[in-house]
Amino acid sequence: MSTDDLTEDLTRRTENAPQELLTRSFFFLCAVLSIVTTISIIVLLTTEAAKFFSATAPLMGVEGPTASAVDFFTGTEWIINNEQFGVLPLVSATLAITVGSAVVALPLGVATAIYLSEYASPRAQSVLKPALEVLAGVPTVVYGFFAVVYITPALRTLIPGLGTFNMLSASIVVGIMIIPMVASISEDAMSAVPDSLRQAGYGMGATKFDVSVGIVVPAALSGIFSSFILALSRAIGETMAVTVAAGSQANLINPLNPVDYLEGALPMTAAMVNLLTGDVTGGGVAYRSLFAIGLTLFFITLVMNIISDLVAQRYREES
Amino acid sequence: MTDNTNPEFAVDESTDDPTTDDMVTGTDVSESVTSSGATMQRDTVVSAENVSVWYNDDRALRDITLDIPEKQVTAMIGPSGCGKSTFLRCINRMNDMIDAARVEGDLYLRTKNVYDDDVDPVALRRRVGMVFQTPNPFPKSIYDNVAYGLKIQNKNGDYDRIVEESLKRAALWDEVSDQLDQSGLELSGGQQQRLCIARAIAPDPEVILMDEPASALDPVATSQIEDLITELAEEYTVVIVTHNMQQAARISNKTAVFLTGGELVEFDDTEKIFENPESQRVEDYITGKFG
Repeated sequence: MSTDDLTEDLTRRTENAPQELLTRSFFFLCAVLSIVTTISIIVLLTTEAAKFFSATAPLMGVEGPTASAVDFFTGTEWIINNEQFGVLPLVSATLAITVGSAVVALPLGVATAIYLSEYASPRAQSVLKPALEVLAGVPTVVYGFFAVVYITPALRTLIPGLGTFNMLSASIVVGIMIIPMVASISEDAMSAVPDSLRQAGYGMGATKFDVSVGIVVPAALSGIFSSFILALSRAIGETMAVTVAAGSQANLINPLNPVDYLEGALPMTAAMVNLLTGDVTGGGVAYRSLFAIGLTLFFITLVMNIISDLVAQRYREES
Repeated sequence: MTDNTNPEFAVDESTDDPTTDDMVTGTDVSESVTSSGATMQRDTVVSAENVSVWYNDDRALRDITLDIPEKQVTAMIGPSGCGKSTFLRCINRMNDMIDAARVEGDLYLRTKNVYDDDVDPVALRRRVGMVFQTPNPFPKSIYDNVAYGLKIQNKNGDYDRIVEESLKRAALWDEVSDQLDQSGLELSGGQQQRLCIARAIAPDPEVILMDEPASALDPVATSQIEDLITELAEEYTVVIVTHNMQQAARISNKTAVFLTGGELVEFDDTEKIFENPESQRVEDYITGKFG
C-alpha cells in the first residue's frame, strides 16, 4: 500500500457521512421530543392557570370571573357552582390516598420482595413474578370497580354503614395497585446485594430471617427507598381508580386521622376528571380551575421527586 | 491409595508451642515434634469418616477420612478443583445451601455427627466460624460488624468489651479504636479481612474455617493475616484452605493434600508433608512438577 493510499484510508471521515448525519439527527429529534412535550405541558398549565387567578388574568387579557389565589390555596370549600375554589379539600384527599396506600403497599411490597429474593424457590418465583406483573397490568379503572364492588362491601362487614364511596377502600385499592412496583423494584435491589454478604451471615450462624432482614434489607435500602418514592408518586397521580372509588364530595379530611377515611372525598385528579367530564364550558372560570389544580399537582410531584433525590443520595452515602 | 491418613490419628505433638509467642512458623512446631520427648495427645475436634460430596452427578470429594486436632492450624492444600474448599464447607454445612450438593459419610464435631437429621446448621455454624476468600464485611459500622454474631445469638455480656477484645485479637484494634462507628467498608482490604476475622471470633466459636483468607490481599496484609492465624491457634482450632504452599508450610501444624478428583492423598504433620511426603504425587505437587 502506498503512502498516499494509507493516508487516504486513515483520514477518511466517517463522522459526517450522510447516513451518520441522518441517524444522528433522527435520534436527536426523538430525544428532544420528550423535552418539547414537557415544556409544552408546563407552558400550557402555567398560562391557563394564570387566566384563572385574579392577579394574573388581566395580564393574559382575560375578562370575566376569576378567583383569588389566596382563596384558592387556603379555601376549604370546593363548590364549583358557587364559584368557591378552595383547593385544600382536594389536596387533603390526595394526601390521604398517598398515606393510606403507603400503609398498605410499603409493608406488603417489601415483604413480597423479601420473599421473592430470599425465600422463594425458583418454582415459586416463576409463578409469583408473572402474577405481580399481571397485577401491574390491570387497567386502573378496573381497580376502581374492584374497590366499589368488592372491597367496600367486604369492609362493611367490619364497619357497618360505610358509604359506597369512601377513602378507605380507595386507599386500599391504590395500595394494592402499587404493590407490584414496590415489590419488583425492591426485589431488584435485594437481588443485587452481593451473595458474599449472605454467605458471611450464614457463616456466622445467622438464620434466614437474620440474613434477610438484618443484612439484605439494610444493604438494599436505597433501592427500596426509590421504590417507595416511585410508587407513591404513582399513588399521587393515580386517577381512574380514585375517581371511581373515592366519590365526588370535596370533603376536607385529615390524612392522619383514620376515621376521616370512612368518608368519601375528592382527590385532585378525580376533581379534574369531574371538571372535564362535567358540564363546565370551555373558557369559563371552572374550566380554568382545572389547570390551577393541574399546576398544583405538578408542583407537589416535583417537590416529592426532589426530596426523594436528596434522601436517596443520603442513603447512598451512608451505605 | 497407600497414603491416606490413618483415621486413628492421634498425633504425638509437642506441648511447648501453643503458648510461645513467637511461634511464627509451622516448621518450629514440627521440629519440636521430632525432637521433643514430651508428648501429649491432642483432642480431635473435627473428624471426617468417608465423606464424599457430589454436585449433581459429579463427585467432588472421595471418601475423605481425617481428624483435625484441637488448637492447631490444619491446612488443606491442592490444585484448583481438588475439593479442598468443598471439604471445608462440609464442616459447617455451608454446602447445604447449594441445591445440587449432596454429602455422604460422617463428619463429627467432637462427638456429634453434624450430618445427623437433628442437627441445626444454624446452631452448628455458631460453633464453627468462617472467614471467606474475599473480605466481606457487612455494610455496617465496624462495631456492628464485630458485634453481629453476639446480636443474632442474643448473647448477653459486655459487647463493648467483647468487640474490643476481638478486634485486639484480630490485630486491628490499634488501627480502628477511634473509628468504631465508621463503615467497615471504608477499611483497606487487609483491614477488612482482619475485621472479618474479628467478627468470626467475637461469638467465641470452637473452630474457625478459613477459605483462602489471604488470596485477595497484598503481601504485607497477607503476612499480617498469617501471623494472626498462628496466634489464633492458641485458642481456636483453625482449618485453612490455601493454594499457597509456602503459606501452608509457614503457618500450619498439619497439612492435608488434596489432588484432582477429590482425593485426600496425604495428611500428616506439615513438616513431614513438605520434607518427606509418602506419596510421589504429593512430592511432585509440592515441588511444582504438577498442579
